[in-house]
Amino acid sequence: MKDLINAASSWIVPLLILAVPLYAYAARRIRVYESFIEGAKEGFEIGVRIMPYLVAILVAIGMFRASGAMDWLVWMLTPVVSWAGFPAEALPSSLMRSLSGSAAFAMSSEIFKIHGPDSFIGRLVSVIQGSTETTFYIMAVYFGAIAVRKTRYTLAASLVTDLSGIVAAYVICRLLF
Amino acid sequence: MNIVWLLLIGAAVITAIFNGRMAEVSNATFSSAGTAIELAIGLVGGMTLFLGLMRVAQDAGLVQLLARALRPVFRVLFPEVPRDHPALGAIAMNFGANMLGLGDAATPFGIKAMEDLQKLNPDKETASDAMCMFVTLHSSSLQLIPVMVISLRAAAGSKNPSEIIVATIFATLASMAVAIVTSRFFARLQRRKVLTAGSTDVVGGGRA
Repeated sequence: MKDLINAASSWIVPLLILAVPLYAYAARRIRVYESFIEGAKEGFEIGVRIMPYLVAILVAIGMFRASGAMDWLVWMLTPVVSWAGFPAEALPSSLMRSLSGSAAFAMSSEIFKIHGPDSFIGRLVSVIQGSTETTFYIMAVYFGAIAVRKTRYTLAASLVTDLSGIVAAYVICRLLF
Repeated sequence: MNIVWLLLIGAAVITAIFNGRMAEVSNATFSSAGTAIELAIGLVGGMTLFLGLMRVAQDAGLVQLLARALRPVFRVLFPEVPRDHPALGAIAMNFGANMLGLGDAATPFGIKAMEDLQKLNPDKETASDAMCMFVTLHSSSLQLIPVMVISLRAAAGSKNPSEIIVATIFATLASMAVAIVTSRFFARLQRRKVLTAGSTDVVGGGRA
């Protein structure tokens, strides 16, 4: 299964890059090279446009992580989640997921090392990581690219969604494993 | 966003005062700023490639085809976007790439979608309902097969790294549903506020 997934993910991009221009050229008589260059032009400009947004949010997240404030947050929330039956060991990586993907994955690896990837906690952490996103990064990139500064309710709605992902992962893991 | 930003920085500085990690926090500011620029530069290569590919797909009518197939879904999610608008094509490509686990390809399509939605947006500095819905949907991860998690599990010596796929799909679908309901709810809530604050303007504008 895993080999199949890995094979599929390495085939898909080359096939896409072959199939789309081939169809466009053969079936639609499109000047594919010129068309590609025309679309690709904007790439760099977008990269530059999102920089200030990324710096603002990543510096704040970096400071937060380095200060150890996460440990306090976990300490405060542990009684609440333990009361609900949620394993406290899975809390830090779940909270980190919205802030930083790489940090959350590193914390998950640590949990796999201690509890094993096939333990209940290991599976729970896997499902949580797979069903939540790096919300802050996504917001910085997408709104930064079009220079929208007032994001209204997006962050609130996104954090509710992240939380619901964690809760859903817990309920489903309880039922399945 | 303002409050969260200040809260993150405030919590960092206050915690650092108590546990004496101000040096680490100070170092983190510069290294994070550097990481942010590296990330942005790192995005540029993939972005250029997939924006180019997307233009080819657009010229060939493939994007429009995909958008037409997803029309019933889009009518529910983005009712204010006209049904043949290019934004829906870009959104379709973004969802498709995300579900297949092609995060690097999904981001350029997503940015394109935001640019197209911005053309429909009357106030260029404030997010439209469609933008809020689109970005919120992302925090449910959209990805059906969590490739990254599976390889992490394999590296940790799991007997069956992919056994979490079904559970992940269900959790993702559940949080996707929450994303849709929550964005809709907030959008309604804010519209009501606008209506009660200056009802004559809104009604007049609607008729004109």
